[in-house]
Amino acid sequence: MNLELLLEPLQYDFMTRALLVSALVGTVCAVLSCFVILKGWSLMGDAVSHAVLPGVVISYLLGLPFVIGAFAFGLLSVSAIGFIQSRSRVKEDTVIGVVFTALFALGLVMISKISSEVHLSHILFGDVLGIGDSELWQTVIAGAIALIVTLLLRKDLLLYVFDPTHARSIGLNTGVLNYVLLTMLALTIVTALQTVGVILVVAMLITPGATAYLLTDKFSKMLWIAVACGILSAVIGTYGSYFLDGATGACIVLVQSILFVLAFIFAPKHGQIARRRQQMAERADELGEGGPPTAPRPVLTRVRTSSKGQASD
Amino acid sequence: MSQNTVIALDVKDVSVAYGGGRLSLRQANLEVRGGSVCGLVGMNGAGKSTLFKTVMGFLPPLRGTVQVFGQPVIRAQKAGLIAYVPQSEDVDWNFPVSVREVVMMGRQGKMNWLRRPNAVDHTMVDESLERVGMNAFAERQIGELSGGQRKRAFLARALAQDGRLLLLDEPFGGVDVGTSEAIINLMGELRREGRAMLVSTHDLGTLETFCDEVALIADRTVLLYGPTAEVLTAENLAATFGGRSPLHAPAAKKLEARP
Ligand SMILES: Nc1ncnc2c1ncn2[C@@H]1O[C@H](COP(=O)(O)OP(=O)(O)O)[C@@H](O)[C@H]1O
Ligand SMILES: [Mg+2]
Repeated sequence: MNLELLLEPLQYDFMTRALLVSALVGTVCAVLSCFVILKGWSLMGDAVSHAVLPGVVISYLLGLPFVIGAFAFGLLSVSAIGFIQSRSRVKEDTVIGVVFTALFALGLVMISKISSEVHLSHILFGDVLGIGDSELWQTVIAGAIALIVTLLLRKDLLLYVFDPTHARSIGLNTGVLNYVLLTMLALTIVTALQTVGVILVVAMLITPGATAYLLTDKFSKMLWIAVACGILSAVIGTYGSYFLDGATGACIVLVQSILFVLAFIFAPKHGQIARRRQQMAERADELGEGGPPTAPRPVLTRVRTSSKGQASD
Repeated sequence: MSQNTVIALDVKDVSVAYGGGRLSLRQANLEVRGGSVCGLVGMNGAGKSTLFKTVMGFLPPLRGTVQVFGQPVIRAQKAGLIAYVPQSEDVDWNFPVSVREVVMMGRQGKMNWLRRPNAVDHTMVDESLERVGMNAFAERQIGELSGGQRKRAFLARALAQDGRLLLLDEPFGGVDVGTSEAIINLMGELRREGRAMLVSTHDLGTLETFCDEVALIADRTVLLYGPTAEVLTAENLAATFGGRSPLHAPAAKKLEARP
């Protein structure tokens, strides 16, 4: 009955484009998210995504592709964080907070100074339904680079994230690997900017990985599950936003959050239900309910030592 | 044996500091010959772990040089000559990797740039797991192991590296008698294969069973190194352990001294 209504969005060119772009963005972000959550860089992702705002505004003023300004400010924020942290006693999360709010505020001031032509909401919340040709290509190129580099280097990146000491001890350059991962993080954020916007990008960068982490104990599977979540939520979210007439980024993020909650509850091993069930089973075993009769326990009595002091030392 | 003439590890006059002003290693000297086992003995805080980290290049020496098989450390690491097992593994035990995958990480430096394991890599991993008796646990996630099993898993990773010099920082720390006997046997095998080892330990009792040489380390420097029997005298151990030798002090006397 509602089939016609459901298929309606696909008649439009802008809609198919939006679906393809958000699926690509969902894929790239999902791959990165696996590394981000294992490395504990969620806050770093949030920071970089906010810090790119002035870069976007400057690109707009100079007539440059937005990707270039955003990427430059992404790298700038990462370097600033590293620089300040290595030269002061302030903790890392504090430094991250200081740097990214400073850059985000700078971006907001710039926007308020330069006329109303720039739609604040498009940068902050994304607008994949209205994506232009130029933005489309920028997104595709940045996304392709981030995806290919990360996948080719995934073994070394994974080793670096898991055990940097061992990575160094087999002669890998961990300093370079650290910067490669940070650069790919910045590039991925740039890729997702047009789709979900500055404020919600971080969800794309952690939620698919977190969902996958609950579902498996194998990294290779985790990558595939994250990508599946990323694409699924990108497609459903974009599709749904057609009927809501906007807020595409928010719709995508909402679907991702729902997938996370489902995994949190129903995951086969690490989900709430499975954990509860396992606890019960173990307890039942220990209490001997229904289990095989336990052998009589040897009774230990206290032994007095003849030469005192033997047990000391 | 020609192997014994090769110098596996040569530490010359090395001083290092952890950032601050105080030196954590003062003009330390040490030589480990190819195919021999050197025990590193000293109290807590004497500088054993610091010496290992310096040899691995994690702490750059302020003075002095470290050479492994006549090469700078980085070159030796890239050539896969060194395997290092730290005192404690500082990793996330919930990480989604299995024991087998961890051991495979020992092979990673030897793979091509795409890091695809070949038949040799798989064989080495299987053999290494076998040698530490962890075959049955190969597919477990690393957090699902006991303390001793974790230690064995990371030892297997070092074996898989197939290095010519093994650096083991307190391999007997926190393991039960069975595991520590297994490790001693394993070190015997490795020595017969011609590998050199530097092993730090607190357990003076077993030193003579597996060490060719012993180095005594106290107050952040190497006091003395040489053949086990010659080094382990009451006098030398007393100097290392601040006044009395834990090996030689007669037990009866020790008891009488107490109120
Ligand atoms: N991370 C560190 N930062 C500063 N000083 C350290 C650090 N690790 C060890 N030290 C200092 O270096 C000295 C040697 O320590 P360590 O090598 O760990 O001793 P051992 O392994 O023999 O117990 C000690 O005085 C210790 O206080
Ligand atoms: Mg130590």
